[in-house]
Amino acid sequence: MDLTIIQIILVIIIAFLAGMEGILDEFHFHQPIIACTLIGLVTGNLGPSLILGGTLQMIALGWANIGAAVAPDAALASVASAIILVLSGQGEAGVSSAIAIAVPLAVAGLLLTIIVRTIATGLVHLMDAAAKEGKIRTIEFWHIIAIIMQGLRIAIPAALIIAIGARPVRNLLESMPTWLTDGLAIGGGMVVAVGYAMVINMMATKEVWPFFAIGFVLATITEITLMGLGIIGVSLAFIYLALSKQGGSGNGGNGNTGDPIGDIIDSY
Amino acid sequence: MDQEMKLTKRDRISIWWRSTFIQGSWNYERMQNGGWAFSMIPAIKRLYKTKEDRSAALQRHLEFFNTHPYVASPVLGVTLALEEERANGAPVDNTAIQGVKVGMMGPLAGIGDPMFWFTLKPILGALAASLAMSGNILGPILYFVLWNLIRMGFMWYSQELGYKAGSKITEDLSGGMLKDITKGASLLGMFILGALVNRWVSVTFTPTVSEVELNEGAYIDWSSLPAGTEGVKTALQQYDNGRSLTDTNVTTLQDNLDSLIPGLGGLALTLLCMWLLRKKVSPIVMILGLFIVGIVFHVLGIM
Repeated sequence: MDLTIIQIILVIIIAFLAGMEGILDEFHFHQPIIACTLIGLVTGNLGPSLILGGTLQMIALGWANIGAAVAPDAALASVASAIILVLSGQGEAGVSSAIAIAVPLAVAGLLLTIIVRTIATGLVHLMDAAAKEGKIRTIEFWHIIAIIMQGLRIAIPAALIIAIGARPVRNLLESMPTWLTDGLAIGGGMVVAVGYAMVINMMATKEVWPFFAIGFVLATITEITLMGLGIIGVSLAFIYLALSKQGGSGNGGNGNTGDPIGDIIDSY
Repeated sequence: MDQEMKLTKRDRISIWWRSTFIQGSWNYERMQNGGWAFSMIPAIKRLYKTKEDRSAALQRHLEFFNTHPYVASPVLGVTLALEEERANGAPVDNTAIQGVKVGMMGPLAGIGDPMFWFTLKPILGALAASLAMSGNILGPILYFVLWNLIRMGFMWYSQELGYKAGSKITEDLSGGMLKDITKGASLLGMFILGALVNRWVSVTFTPTVSEVELNEGAYIDWSSLPAGTEGVKTALQQYDNGRSLTDTNVTTLQDNLDSLIPGLGGLALTLLCMWLLRKKVSPIVMILGLFIVGIVFHVLGIM
């Protein structure tokens, strides 16, 4: 479908916000579930965009900027794939191919972030010079310029995709054979694991693995919703913290060996 | 200067708002330094009036700084308290201020990452995404509102806490409370991750293991049903009684795996990804690789 001027402007503003947030990580306009939904909202494609946002969010759950490491870029992935989905006019049927397009875009976005962060190094030196002069305004100015650069990082590619237009995008997507789109959908079901693996690797210790196992097994009971699992998880954490404190304070007294079953056996 | 210099609540609110943009000029040399200075500006304006003082303050706040963006707030709070003392003539030198910043940023990042990136974001995100995938607009609304309420609340209260406690905060930090929160967050996070791996990593194998012809009476005999709605009724009744829809019972490889525990394939894949990550394989290579595997296995008829 073709977009009106107002729709195009709104989409580019959303893209700008997503780009800013890609570095700031505060309001989370760059998270797929927000960015895709907003683009769907302003273009009148709320339903399919919502599903795209949810699906991409699942894939991007574990993507986080930790220290100096940069995760695949959710901002470009969600903005560009939502625009492509809207332009293609395929509705819900286009979601899985839009996701397949999103992943290479996440890589491209990552490269763009690295470029902007390198340019920012130069800006910081301009701030140093301003600091020597005590020029507060100038420091603020360069900081805001750096944020705007991050916004443009996504807004410009978004504008380019809109400029290329609906027809080429639709042709591209329609020329994809079903074995390819089905295969990509299967791949999409698996790539979620990468994000989870990243998070687990950061958190895993001997102490927390049993909780992973309990969560895994309880999730097979499909009647328990995610909310329900959350409540069980919070309760387990509280129980564990309370019990581990009791164990600590009881040490050294009453022959408490920290092995309750052993204690019972001994007393018989 | 007889009058004591004091930051107003308005200054602190302004600093809190500015700290939202702390990562704005993130760079490879000194990371969050530009954003840190940007956040400190209302305090510098309030506390220092001469050009020399302001210049010195700006330069000392352009030093290296990097932590989780939200837990920068308590560090800001403490630094504000220190700057206030300094402006009032207390002997707080540059190294003391930089020392506090560096001393706090490491341990605090160790709290912020598991709390926000590894627990809150996956949990809220998964909850919202599962709503959104079923077409429910509440998903994104819930995510946006809850995330920002928690974030903004945390940043304001921890900044105030840091400001009021001043340099004493390091004692508070080593106390039990924060340790408990961090530990609780990682326990909860791992529990939810276990559930997410089971529910959302989808690995389905399609090859057929066996096809068994069913006995008469075990399946719905479509050719002998009465005509019209009566036939539909009979068919539904028979289905309800546990009769099969077809005359053969097809068992796929996936059915065999599911009878052990559903989600085994996803678990194995996740463990494989963890191992590859530890072998320093780039996540992006793995993501692209999995798409290729998906296509190839689908074409071969395995998935």
